[in-house]
Amino acid sequence: MKSTVYLVIGIFFGIVMLKSEAASWFRIYEMFQFKAFHMYGIIGSALVLGIIFIQLIKRYQVKTFNGEQIIISDKSKSIYRYLIGGIIFGLGWALAGACPGPMFTLLGAGFFPIILVIIGALLGTWCYGLLKNKLPH
Amino acid sequence: MDLINQPLPWYIAGPLISLTMLLLLLVGKNFGMSSNLRTMCTALGANKTCDFFCFDWKGQRWNLLVMLGAVIGGFIAVQYLSGGKAPEINTEVIDTLKSLGFESAGSSYLPLELFGPAVFSSTKGIFILLIGGFLVGFGARYAGGCTSGHAISGLSNLQLPSLIAVIGFFIGGLVMVHLIFPLIF
Repeated sequence: MKSTVYLVIGIFFGIVMLKSEAASWFRIYEMFQFKAFHMYGIIGSALVLGIIFIQLIKRYQVKTFNGEQIIISDKSKSIYRYLIGGIIFGLGWALAGACPGPMFTLLGAGFFPIILVIIGALLGTWCYGLLKNKLPH
Repeated sequence: MDLINQPLPWYIAGPLISLTMLLLLLVGKNFGMSSNLRTMCTALGANKTCDFFCFDWKGQRWNLLVMLGAVIGGFIAVQYLSGGKAPEINTEVIDTLKSLGFESAGSSYLPLELFGPAVFSSTKGIFILLIGGFLVGFGARYAGGCTSGHAISGLSNLQLPSLIAVIGFFIGGLVMVHLIFPLIF
């Protein structure tokens, strides 16, 4: 039963990614050219509502459907890892035109060369794991 | 219901993304897609190579299901909801892309020069996709999250580290599109 819930949330998310064109390489390129409001509108409106949701959850101590406390942990403080890691991610996001959610959605949509991006992303994740202790965090 | 065949406008898509995050919180989980890449590495045997991958990956099964759902969602969107058509991007952007050699700009969902079947016989195309993916995977884990984990979940929770990461995403994206694209395309 719980498995179905996760699957359904994923299906919902995949449809939104594809139908909103957030999974389109062209939309990402256009965003980094500042030539359309579309992507900024998506991220901005997601954020405004997201902030409201989280504030409400905290203020009213909203519980999960199972009655457990919702835990939203703070990110650990640092600058290096977020800035350097973020820049590396951004370079890839603009080049491949897909971030880790949409790359799987595009596979289901039938754009099979995206498998190369997924393989690259797995290799990148693996290399990070190997180099983790040598990198500034 | 002609609306179903139209692309989702930003003011619908954005709130639906927040709803995805909210639903995951209400079932006791967090919204973060790049964690799946680490989980998949472990499942493929990376735990034999370094400690970073030594964790109980089966505890992340729920997130793999979300990911599998995202794959199915892509299929449904294209097969039944008229998804996958060319986005109506800015005409100036179309001209710029055509001058870079992207002839499919304005007539395809993804550039056929990179995502058409012919890419498998192009060494340059294969490298671009592999390197693009590599940077996404490496950068997401280094930064501790991607667009969903930082730009949506983290910023929604007003986390300064996420703001730094998102600024990084944009520095990287701008450098790629404005400085590196003219060199490689």
